[in-house]
Amino acid sequence: MSVGEKAGLELSKPMRDVFGDALLSVCDANPRVVVLDGDLGNSTKAEYVRQKYPHRFFNIGIAESNLVGVGAGLAACDLIPWITSFSSFLLCNAYDQIRLAVALSNINAKILGSHGGITLGKDGPTQMGIEDLALMGGLPTMVILVPSDPASMHAAVKAATDHIGPVFLRSSRVPMPIIYPRDNTPFEIGKANTVRLGDDLTIIACGLMVGMALDAAAELAVEGIQARVLDLHTIRPLDKQAISAAARETGAIVTAEEHLLQGGMGSNVARLVAETHPVPMRFIGLEDVYVESANPDDLLKKYKLTSADIFAAAQEVYQAKQG
Amino acid sequence: MEHQQKNAYSLTELNEIARDLRLDILDMTTKAGSGHPSSSFSAVEILTAIYFGGILNYRPDDPWWQARDRFIMSKGHAAPLLYAVLARAGYFERDLLWELRQINSPVQGHPVQGMLPGVEATTGSLGQGLSLGLGHILGGRINTLDYHVYVLLGDGECEAGQIWEAAMAAAHFNAHRMTAILDYNKYQETGPISREMALEPLASKWESFGWDVKEVDGHDIGALLKELTAVKELHGKPTIIIAHTTKGKGVSFVEQDFTFHGRALNPEQAVKAREEILCQ
Repeated sequence: MSVGEKAGLELSKPMRDVFGDALLSVCDANPRVVVLDGDLGNSTKAEYVRQKYPHRFFNIGIAESNLVGVGAGLAACDLIPWITSFSSFLLCNAYDQIRLAVALSNINAKILGSHGGITLGKDGPTQMGIEDLALMGGLPTMVILVPSDPASMHAAVKAATDHIGPVFLRSSRVPMPIIYPRDNTPFEIGKANTVRLGDDLTIIACGLMVGMALDAAAELAVEGIQARVLDLHTIRPLDKQAISAAARETGAIVTAEEHLLQGGMGSNVARLVAETHPVPMRFIGLEDVYVESANPDDLLKKYKLTSADIFAAAQEVYQAKQG
Repeated sequence: MEHQQKNAYSLTELNEIARDLRLDILDMTTKAGSGHPSSSFSAVEILTAIYFGGILNYRPDDPWWQARDRFIMSKGHAAPLLYAVLARAGYFERDLLWELRQINSPVQGHPVQGMLPGVEATTGSLGQGLSLGLGHILGGRINTLDYHVYVLLGDGECEAGQIWEAAMAAAHFNAHRMTAILDYNKYQETGPISREMALEPLASKWESFGWDVKEVDGHDIGALLKELTAVKELHGKPTIIIAHTTKGKGVSFVEQDFTFHGRALNPEQAVKAREEILCQ
């Protein structure tokens, strides 16, 4: 995967493995945590918990509706269920169950949607979660987290577990650039991290696209443009302060996400910018399309989710800002 | 206040409670101008037996007591019945019943978890209650509590795939403390079930999924109590009690007209219905 190189960042191990490690850590720390699997534990890496804590792990089988329902019942017993599967299958099969039994009931359940975005690659569009942020965005009160590197994944899984109420967390199949130090990661739900300072424009990104944004920012710096980069790891609740400050202080914004543009991170940011301090904006994401089977780099390039696409969009908004 | 003492009420008294619950359901839905009276009427005796016949172990003054038995109303449209029962059991003031479906009230058209004490689950999108019940069973094991879980299913909702996902899983996890009660009133919203969807053979379907199956007259409180008491004995399997009922039970012109499914009686009809119920 070509991400993080221009910014001088090393790649991590696959993020799903990092999620498995992080999930095991919260199970070690908190005996109230239980894990539910939709028969994909060897892919989501929830299986790490099965090996160590078999009595706190339930494979509910290929039955996502029941998976969510059983998880909700466990939450009602003062346990903290992590309900895990592929983002696409879990959310699309069990949206009604997540809506009633988790969100409307405001229970303390955590939902892991793995294989988010298009970078799972060769397994193709049937497995890709390109609409997960929009679906979870349609559920009032659901906290939505998209970590961007290993340390932020560990911090996000811990923060989600500690948070009282429903949380959705997205993980990915692929490695991501290492952005934060392992043991000193700022991560507060609802508070974006500024991972690069700059006042000429702001790139707001989540997940894999944070690394892409840092690459783009490195290239923009060569052109004499200093881009601020925000890691918007929480899509809900949105960090109004950081986003409106970015609009006010830098006067131009590019958003970047590995998700459909409809209903994703960028559209949420745009609403806030429009309400607080309108500035020129461009949006990097999937344009109303289902993608295809291929290796991740080829997909990112074909569907315009690379640092070069962010770079071009940044130049556009920067010029628009100059008027 | 703990309603676990056996035989606290005589059979005659239990039938009087059932009659009063029907009157409450009638008054609530007619005042609200909407709701599902006929779906509530059909399960009155079932809930009377569970809540007032010494079956369910619960504490209205400590509603979320961890060791409580659970009752989950999977057929959420029978919310008026659930509310009437919970008020009578002492979970909240009876006056709240008359706020059904009104603005700024916790008494929602279908049950919403967290809005009222005693309401264990959010239901109303059908097919979900059995899965929730299984979660409570597995949670009980982790918490080393041996409570029983009762889930009231509608017959129409047994058309939903999630019911069978949960049925398969409950047997897989040997959920012997789970009892489903099927309010088999033979009608779904648009008509007779036998006409709308081939649900039968229902008993053998459940048996083949690994459940013990009992069948009973769902308006005979004595018969219901006998089965509900028997299933408390551990036998390694989840149990379903198929309770044969009459939709709209207790009011002749509602029993004869399935279009009352999602419709309240108007005030004139309610007067006639009240007379019929009081004669029982």
